[in-house]
Amino acid sequence: MTKAGLQALLSHWLRNPVQLFTLVVGLSLATALWSGVQAVNAEARASYDAAAETLGEGQFAQITATTGTIPQADYIKLRRAGWRVSPVVEGRLDGVRLIGIDALTSPGGIAPVGLNEGDLTVDMITSGILFATQDTLDQIEDYGVQTLPNPDVAPGVILTDVGTAQRLLDMDGMLSRLIVAPAQPVIQPPLADVVSGLSVRPPQGGSDVARLTDSFHLNLTAFGLLSFAVGIFIVHGAIGLAFEQRRPVIRTLRALGFPLGRLVGLIAVELLVISLIAGAIGVGLGYIVAAALLPDVAATISGLYGASVSGTLQLRPEWWLSGLLIAVGGTAMAAAASLWQLARMPLLASARPRAWAMQAGRGRLTQGALALGLLVTAMLLGWLGSGLAAGFGMLAALLIGAALALPVVLDRVLAFGASRAKSVMAEWFWADTRQQLPGLSLALMALLLAMAANVGVSTMVSSFRLTFTGFLDQRLASEFYVYADDAEQAAALRTYLEPRVDKVLPIQSADQGVRGLPSEIYGPTAHATYRDNWLFLNAAPDAWARIEAGEGAAINEQLARRADIAIGDEITLAGRQFAVLGIYGDYGNPIGQVIVTETTFETLFPNVSPLRFGLRMTPGDVPALAVELRDTFGLAEANMVNQAGIKAFSLDVFDRTFTVTGALNVLTLAVAGFAILMSLLTLATMRLPQLAPVWAQGLTRARLGRIEIIRAVLLALLTAALALPLGLALAWTLLAVVNVEAFGWRLPMFLFPLDYARLAVFAVVAAVLAALWPARKLARTRPADLLKVFSNER
Amino acid sequence: MLLNVTNLYKSYAGPDGALPILQGIDMALERGETLALTGESGSGKSTLLHLVGGLDQPDSGVVEVDGVDIGALDDAGRAAVRRDKVGVVFQQFNLIPSLTVGSNIAFQARLAGRDDTVWIKKLAARMGLSNQMEKYPEQLSGGQQQRVAIARTLAAKPALVLADEPTGNLDEATADTVMDLMLDLVAETEAALLMVTHSERLAARMGRRLHLRAGRVA
Amino acid sequence: MNARILLLLLWPFAVSAQGFAGLGTGTDGFSTPQQPAIFDFPADHGPHDDYRIEWWYLTANLTAEDGTPYGLQWTLFRSALTPDGGEGWSSPQLWMGHAAVTTPDAHFVTERLARGGIGQAGVTADPFEAWIDDWQLVGDDFDTLRMTASGPDFAYDMGLRAQGPLVFHGDAGYSVKSAQGQASYYYSQPFYDIEGTLTLPDGDVVVSGQAWLDREWSSQPLSDNQTGWDWFSLSFEDAKLMGFQLRQTDGTAYTSATWIDADGTTTPYTDGAFSAQPLSVSSVAGREIPTLWRVLLPDRDLDVIVQAINDQAWMDTSIPYWEGPVTVTGTHAGVGYLEMTGYE
Repeated sequence: MTKAGLQALLSHWLRNPVQLFTLVVGLSLATALWSGVQAVNAEARASYDAAAETLGEGQFAQITATTGTIPQADYIKLRRAGWRVSPVVEGRLDGVRLIGIDALTSPGGIAPVGLNEGDLTVDMITSGILFATQDTLDQIEDYGVQTLPNPDVAPGVILTDVGTAQRLLDMDGMLSRLIVAPAQPVIQPPLADVVSGLSVRPPQGGSDVARLTDSFHLNLTAFGLLSFAVGIFIVHGAIGLAFEQRRPVIRTLRALGFPLGRLVGLIAVELLVISLIAGAIGVGLGYIVAAALLPDVAATISGLYGASVSGTLQLRPEWWLSGLLIAVGGTAMAAAASLWQLARMPLLASARPRAWAMQAGRGRLTQGALALGLLVTAMLLGWLGSGLAAGFGMLAALLIGAALALPVVLDRVLAFGASRAKSVMAEWFWADTRQQLPGLSLALMALLLAMAANVGVSTMVSSFRLTFTGFLDQRLASEFYVYADDAEQAAALRTYLEPRVDKVLPIQSADQGVRGLPSEIYGPTAHATYRDNWLFLNAAPDAWARIEAGEGAAINEQLARRADIAIGDEITLAGRQFAVLGIYGDYGNPIGQVIVTETTFETLFPNVSPLRFGLRMTPGDVPALAVELRDTFGLAEANMVNQAGIKAFSLDVFDRTFTVTGALNVLTLAVAGFAILMSLLTLATMRLPQLAPVWAQGLTRARLGRIEIIRAVLLALLTAALALPLGLALAWTLLAVVNVEAFGWRLPMFLFPLDYARLAVFAVVAAVLAALWPARKLARTRPADLLKVFSNER
Repeated sequence: MLLNVTNLYKSYAGPDGALPILQGIDMALERGETLALTGESGSGKSTLLHLVGGLDQPDSGVVEVDGVDIGALDDAGRAAVRRDKVGVVFQQFNLIPSLTVGSNIAFQARLAGRDDTVWIKKLAARMGLSNQMEKYPEQLSGGQQQRVAIARTLAAKPALVLADEPTGNLDEATADTVMDLMLDLVAETEAALLMVTHSERLAARMGRRLHLRAGRVA
Repeated sequence: MNARILLLLLWPFAVSAQGFAGLGTGTDGFSTPQQPAIFDFPADHGPHDDYRIEWWYLTANLTAEDGTPYGLQWTLFRSALTPDGGEGWSSPQLWMGHAAVTTPDAHFVTERLARGGIGQAGVTADPFEAWIDDWQLVGDDFDTLRMTASGPDFAYDMGLRAQGPLVFHGDAGYSVKSAQGQASYYYSQPFYDIEGTLTLPDGDVVVSGQAWLDREWSSQPLSDNQTGWDWFSLSFEDAKLMGFQLRQTDGTAYTSATWIDADGTTTPYTDGAFSAQPLSVSSVAGREIPTLWRVLLPDRDLDVIVQAINDQAWMDTSIPYWEGPVTVTGTHAGVGYLEMTGYE
């Protein structure tokens, strides 16, 4: 019996292959975009995690020496005095970072190396093993040390035993630094009583790399989710249609005595199988998407944040499993309502398909009310809410509300169009478009979300780019920056440079808590450079003049937001009160910052002497000066920064970011276009009764086809018109709500009308492409097929 | 002569090759005439009606409507004939579901550029549809829908009215009322009426009758 | 994979399919104990690098001035990856220290790991010093020692003074561990008087009592079919008893014991003479572990109940096991230490 029922149910798909295709492809595409983005994210995160773990930075305090290296004897002294520290030897081997650790003493989470066999231990300790990714291992020469490819090690890093590292780096008896375990004995002498010349650097609490790259990933994750939402709209449509069309079969099966429960079960199993197949295809596609995108993402991230991301993709099980899960989950979500309806359907309910896609939504009023409710919720969250959760809640409410509102709004717009129609064709066009709306609304919602995501994300990225480059201009106002290694060299440099450049601007800072928040205090020289280039977000009148006169201080936005400091409030620095006269944007900096004048700074922190200098000079003279400084003072390249170089570099980085977001933009639009195509194809067969009378009364099939295309263009344009404000709202939420909650600074939002126009063109092109085939099909419908509408043969 | 059909052939592609439907039909119809087209199912009467109405293309032979040879026209030309010269009432699905009753009635007349509001109002009143003008087709009964279809056909005052079982889906009493209205109005507009019907009773009410058997005039 | 797992793999004591703490592994290239056992002191108090595994294992039953009983453990394990090897960081010697303090309602434990060859841990015989990090067991000779250890939540500093001679287990220090003949060199100093200060979260506690130091080294003390052991060191008014059973996969046990008179005279007992039966188990760290035993040595008319002072004396270290102070009642009364390994 089950077999017979299954046969009857499955025959539907054989008769409607396009529907099955829509379902599978829609689900596959949704899964592909989701898992593609996830794969890119996971890969990048795994890379930082590996990097962060290798560095041991953030989570543990570290002991370093002013001389750069720590004698191994000091390490033993510390251990024997009760300090639980672990040695690290670090250096460059053929340009690759070689890190040696002692696995026995390193705190948990330090070494990402996995060993599968205990036998390796012997070799690792007695003769040495180098662990790294294959790519990294390929970069070094043969040192007669066993190598073992390991994908868990950060790219560009070789991990090995401390002894092996000492040998390869020629650092016998020397260590680079010591990691301090979190748990220390109850009895422990002070560090200085045991050894001299070493100091403890406190843990930094979380990886900087991870925090900085979070904003990039937030961007990508939002994209992945939206793409998936777009796909789910398609799946929902396909499943709903299939259920409606199978009502007669279901009724007949039940009338023949097939139990309802088993029927529901069969359909659920059928959907599970379909979703697993589609999910597998999607994961495969996602892998391709990710593999295509990853090199760009890797380049972007390493450029932006200096974090190295492996350019190759691994098939992580958690990744493909989550892809399959989300495909099944998405299908379940999309099918839940239909299954529920089926389970409650009375046996004698009309067996005739309710012309599902045609029927004007009876629930339009409810849908409109729900949409309105969600949009109001979004507004309230934006206004009253606080915290990252509220920001994301706002995003979700905004997007779902807008998607639900779309058919209602479009319906009103089309009704208005109809009321203004002069010619009979126009009247029919508007009316017919309006009638088509319910059938197309899911696809249009998908288009709306895809476009809004594009507008939102590209606005965010572009705004970020503009702000950041502007910020670089502001911050890197000097043409050339030099860093001295010590105070003595700094003084010599200053004396040397002063007659050679327009102005030497010392950069000096001290770390201090401000209202309990870790902050840096800067004391720049009073110079037009700052007045001209540092723009305040908010300031008291004559702020620079008053700060230069020592009357107050300027603080960065993060500090102002976190400590709730407004213009005119007072802060305490080294025991003195300062009025806050200006607040400036400081993007990318995780902690607070305060600016006072050089003189004030010297009074407050007499022990700090500047090691860094900004040089105002003719840009063309920078390379020559760099050579001079290298020859005269032996300054390393790393100690000299050419402003023009940084700016070119950061622009390059942003352009690569655009490659990634651009590729994702095209993909989401393509998915939405596919949704429209499939909806139109599905509607095409059901639409004959609507078109046949018009044809019979004197319209050619070709003209009907053209009208179909115009209709698609109109709907795409209307959707685009609605997507624009939605996308801008999305961008605003990301920049002004989520960003502030996540990172503490608000990015100004810029508008890019040309980009939006181009996007609208893309959307129209996608819609035209989607409408082309159905329109062509319509133009070629045989008259006999149209005539069947009117007779009983149908 | 309003309609002249000479040696008309039409076949459709069937599973076992071409399926001949019409095999050399000759017929003519004058303005003001009414003709019942009868015959068994599959005898070709609907196909003949479709060819006469410019809804399909003959394989060979000539269909002249108001002096125009429909067979020589392209798709657009046939559309113009349907729009300007012919009005068709089918058994079902005559109406455009997205338009109101009023818009449906005026649709073809406006397409043809012969929009006559006074006449349309009169038609609607005669058909008892005056209170239904703002409704949508799906809100009407089957009889009402067929009355709308007839009003729509006559609104453009076509020279030739074609009807394919126009009352086939209606009960007898309703069918009679609808038929009476149609015959009256056809007479009033001085159009010619060609009606496909199974019903002897309806055929008897027409001026002439043409019986088809296996694609030939019997 | 994190360093903790790496560490476990790295540590050759780790529990393996072949038996607790890898003691059942082959001897490839390592020396093995031979009969007759001939000792050379003080050199033999120091390490024997050509043997795979070795330990300096001290337990103490202590009493505070208010009568509260305490248990204390100080252990240094040496494990060699290979029988011979390089210097410095390439040395195959690995060291592991365990320190614990047990009170009737708390158990403090901590662990240290170290590589040999760099001076972070080691043992010298003359003068005697055993150390890992800041922990040490040090003295001019083996009879007078100072012992320190510290962890995140406790520390201790104790003085020890031997009141009797060394005692040798099995056949003059050659201790057989299975019917197949696996054996170790095994001697003890069970006669230490101990006093000092425990630093606990609630403050310092001055304590004194009796300590027992075990020295044992071997290369393959366990047979393939042995899964773990239950080891007892019990002190009665006028004698001491060391007894252990090695549990075997077939449910039987291989036992061995040494009866130690007050003057240090020993009587060794071979397999079967000594027996220990678990009477009830406690749930410890998610396992069922017997913390109440009946111990029998009919030859000495000994039939006692051994009860843990604190059931939860679980050593949550790289290789976890149970080790804690016990009280003894029955035909003989006293205190002692119990160690149980291999309970999964």
